[in-house]
Amino acid sequence: MLGLNHYLVLAALLFCIGFIGAVAKRNAIAVLMGVELMLNGVNLNLVAFDRFGNHAEPLGQAFAVFIVAVAAAEVAVALAMILTLYRKRGNTNVDDLEGLKW
Amino acid sequence: MDFSAIRLELVAALIALSLLAVGLIAPRGKREMTGYIAAIAFLGLLALAFLAPGHGSSFLGGRFLNDPLALFFKRVFITAAFLVALMSLRFTAGLEESRSEFFALLAFSLVGMMVLSSANDFLSLYIGLELMTIPLVVLTAYDRASGKSTEAGTKYVLLSAISSAVLLFGLSLLFGASGSLAYGDVAAALAKPAFGPASGDPLAVIGGVMALAGFAFKIAAVPFHMWSPDIYEGAPTPVAAFLAVGSKTAGFAALARLLFFVLPSNGGGLSLVVISLSVLSMVVGNLIALPQTNMKRLLAYSSIAHAGYMLLGLVAASRAGLSALLYYIVLYLFANVGIFAAISSFGDGGRSGEIASLRGLWKRSPFMAASLLVCLLSLAGIPPAAGFLGKFYLLAEVARQGKLWLAALALLMSLVSISYYISVIRVIIMEKAEDESRIRVPIAQKAILALSALATVGLGVFPGPLTAWTQAIAAAVLR
Repeated sequence: MLGLNHYLVLAALLFCIGFIGAVAKRNAIAVLMGVELMLNGVNLNLVAFDRFGNHAEPLGQAFAVFIVAVAAAEVAVALAMILTLYRKRGNTNVDDLEGLKW
Repeated sequence: MDFSAIRLELVAALIALSLLAVGLIAPRGKREMTGYIAAIAFLGLLALAFLAPGHGSSFLGGRFLNDPLALFFKRVFITAAFLVALMSLRFTAGLEESRSEFFALLAFSLVGMMVLSSANDFLSLYIGLELMTIPLVVLTAYDRASGKSTEAGTKYVLLSAISSAVLLFGLSLLFGASGSLAYGDVAAALAKPAFGPASGDPLAVIGGVMALAGFAFKIAAVPFHMWSPDIYEGAPTPVAAFLAVGSKTAGFAALARLLFFVLPSNGGGLSLVVISLSVLSMVVGNLIALPQTNMKRLLAYSSIAHAGYMLLGLVAASRAGLSALLYYIVLYLFANVGIFAAISSFGDGGRSGEIASLRGLWKRSPFMAASLLVCLLSLAGIPPAAGFLGKFYLLAEVARQGKLWLAALALLMSLVSISYYISVIRVIIMEKAEDESRIRVPIAQKAILALSALATVGLGVFPGPLTAWTQAIAAAVLR
């Protein structure tokens, strides 16, 4: 029988894997994928707390839907930025961003 | 529903949309006017914020609160947006095709800041935060000719996405610990002995710390500060000014509400986290600022240090602490806007911002040099500029609460900071320029410089009215 803790552990794992990916990956697109994993961890947390808690309104689910929508907007801007970067230098490697001291 | 609570936000969003429309309608060659329209509109919004702000009302069942604290911050943000719009007139002069979007994004970001300062619920907090950040990212990368600007925009969007994911994870844990998203209910649930941070409930403690980390990124507190020097240097100078005064102040607005009303930091482990953020920011910010050769990077590190001083107001967690923080925010606004306006009036529009380019400024433009001097002295905390009193209020309150070592450390670090501000002043006054021609300061920049210098000296010499106002706000908000 799956309980709240199973979901919380999975969410924490997702979040950690995403964080490691976001921090360690060299490709900017891969960093974004890491961020998406982190956000999915958050969403799983919210929905699980909502399902197992005793709430009159589905607040957690509502929050998760908002996160999905806003994250889409954020990713759109980030991809546009990465595209500009690619046109300027021909790669999307975050380690090469050395024009400014990182 | 009481729409008077969101009156200012509605008008600001309307301004943003109208600016977009103006860019489409206005004939080619006449589009310089969008900048002036934006500045005038922000001035009108500021008047509205003072004359008919919709005091004390709330929206969506208290999820959006227009209390005196939020109103104070909104007035600060609108003032910042007005001054930045004036400052941007010169930068946007070269952007025939994308000028109106620049000012529209500025207005959208302003709406986000205002929502953030009014947020009384995790959901509105998150929406406000992203509405502020996403336009700022685009503005940071606006200087398409410069590779640095694109690079700064990419760094900003990636790092802020990571930081908001961390913040959200913290909020989701707080939601799990309390079963609610509204500040009032969360605070009530956390105050129960079975839960509260003091009792060591892991969900509440980890959630609180992660939420703090997310906002520490926004206010650029050490160790979450790495982004700010790069982004200040790469971003167009007016945008860097808006990041320094707008985005940072908005972070403090949200942080103040969280720490005062949701996560009672007194006694719990969270106050230790806030103290360490403050100490690290003061020490690291001031020490790394010492060897900087670029004015914008220097300002970034100095603003990291100033975030440390301002955090002292939250460490104090009292009426006097909050009132000192609000006073400091106003003087920080004027001093920083003044300095950024000076940088942006140089020949290249402040793209490089090397300190060496300030050589002999005293001869090249005495007016600019004098206003720059006043603003630098204010940040250094030398009387009669306002910075001295601001630091005095903060340190006196921390010392009064028995944290003498913290006050002493802040004093020591502010003495260290004098040395790098003075070295900039030395470059302005003593060193000789290779090119001694006069600098023609654009009229808008002149107005900003004059206003910042006057406000800085005025607040230092006559602190009475502003202090009375901030104390009244603190008394009204903290019972």
